[in-house]
Amino acid sequence: MKRTIIILLRNPLSLLGAVLVAAVVLSAVLADYIAPFPEHRGAVVDFVHFNQGPTARNVMGTDLVGRDLFSRILYAFRISLILGVVVLAIAPPIGTLVGLFAGYLGGRAEFVLMRLTDVFLSIPPLVLAIAMMGVLEPTLMNAMLAVTAMWWPWYARLVYNIARSEREEGYVLAAEVIGASTLHITLREILPNCLPAIITKMTLDMGFVIIIASSLSFLGLGVQPPTPDLGSMVAEGARYLPDSWWLTVFPGLAILIAVFGFNLIGDALREILGADQ
Amino acid sequence: MTPLLSLRHVSKTFGSRPRAVHAVRDVSFDVAQGECLAVVGESGSGKTTLANMILGVFGQSSGEIWFDGKGLPIRRTLEHRSAIQLVQQNPLSSLNPKRSVGASIRLGLDVFGIGARSDRWRLVEDALEEVGLPGNFRRRPPAALSGGQCQRVAIARALACQSRLVILDEPTSALDVLVQARVLRLLEDLRRVKGLSYVFITHDLSVVRNVADRVAVFRAGRLVECAETPAIFENPQVDYTRQLIGAVPVVAEDELKLRESLSGGVPE
Repeated sequence: MKRTIIILLRNPLSLLGAVLVAAVVLSAVLADYIAPFPEHRGAVVDFVHFNQGPTARNVMGTDLVGRDLFSRILYAFRISLILGVVVLAIAPPIGTLVGLFAGYLGGRAEFVLMRLTDVFLSIPPLVLAIAMMGVLEPTLMNAMLAVTAMWWPWYARLVYNIARSEREEGYVLAAEVIGASTLHITLREILPNCLPAIITKMTLDMGFVIIIASSLSFLGLGVQPPTPDLGSMVAEGARYLPDSWWLTVFPGLAILIAVFGFNLIGDALREILGADQ
Repeated sequence: MTPLLSLRHVSKTFGSRPRAVHAVRDVSFDVAQGECLAVVGESGSGKTTLANMILGVFGQSSGEIWFDGKGLPIRRTLEHRSAIQLVQQNPLSSLNPKRSVGASIRLGLDVFGIGARSDRWRLVEDALEEVGLPGNFRRRPPAALSGGQCQRVAIARALACQSRLVILDEPTSALDVLVQARVLRLLEDLRRVKGLSYVFITHDLSVVRNVADRVAVFRAGRLVECAETPAIFENPQVDYTRQLIGAVPVVAEDELKLRESLSGGVPE
């Protein structure tokens, strides 16, 4: 762990990633203290300062009802991170268990589990999420559910491939000869060998989950107003380009910073943990 | 005296007609307590399939396998699993790279319930010391050990399980000659001291000559000859055995002279 952090901090790009991710996480966590106008995260109207460009009072300008964009972006980071963390706390364990058992057990279990995975993989992810959100009420909880439903099959496929190769290794045969249970062999013997790839994918996926969640909000199917969300803010501002450019550019930059930061960290982890194998 | 392991008309067929593969056909032999039976034959002759059936990795298609006078069920009991253990060809791959070598050895103790739970790490250290490794090696990952050391750990794992029969599946073929000699000497010492029995699968006939009491020659899944080691080498009864022995590289005369001029034994 210590070695991983040292290597991470020595590489300029991964260091940049670490700084960007740290900035995003700190902004989200400390939004109540950093945000100049914390009350602007909700349904506040300030027609005195509405639709203003960047000024000393509002460094990123204000939106169409006069709310401070900088404050709203800080709170939007919080929503994006919560969504990312929840999705990545649910989807990888589901996909990992499916992939592990399909890869190790083979036979009928493999057929059933992997065909089910293929059904989910055959539907374009955003289409699946849009379809789910069309049926469900557009809320943060349902957005998380929709994104989770489209995310787990990728982990199932990744872990399945690793587990299939690992089950041929001598240590698995040794555990079988001893009579270790299927649960022990999958969770204690094979899973630790899948973890580097899973952790790397999770870090890379954090950025993608933020983009997908923003896309859903952009389409009006994700987080609903007045809750601040980067995708909805870009969507709202896009109608007023190029005159009110700050409405789109700053939330867009915020998405870019978050996604770029997580991707840099993911790339660095892939190298350090040797997950390319 | 009842043999420790006894195979009677054992066959194994994979798949079904018309593409069935007969990996082992009608094989019968015995292994006595404390005996080392070498199983030799070219690749694809059914040696490893035979080992997997004895270990219970999969069942035989027909025939019976007896252990210590009792028939072995297809689904092995814990007692049988503990008594028959395996040392594999690739020492590094046989240990989980993400677990300490101690954890790999302890798995058997936990599954078979050997010793008190609080005492098991000491048993792991004892097993390591028995194969000539320091007890504190239990904390190391396999990657921190040499090939020979990993093979000793694999042997320690079999010992810790209190096994009586060890299937040695080409245990020295991935090791260089000096390490090979040390591992063979260790196996010989353990056999003498603990009365272990070995089924030694190999295609290295020079190793067979030095360690085996008897040799079983396999070809295309059939046991073509089984006899005492000196008899196999001095008076083979089957053409295939003669071909196998004839294929062993012979040391040239000048090389023999050079060897005689060298002093010293195998370094420890």
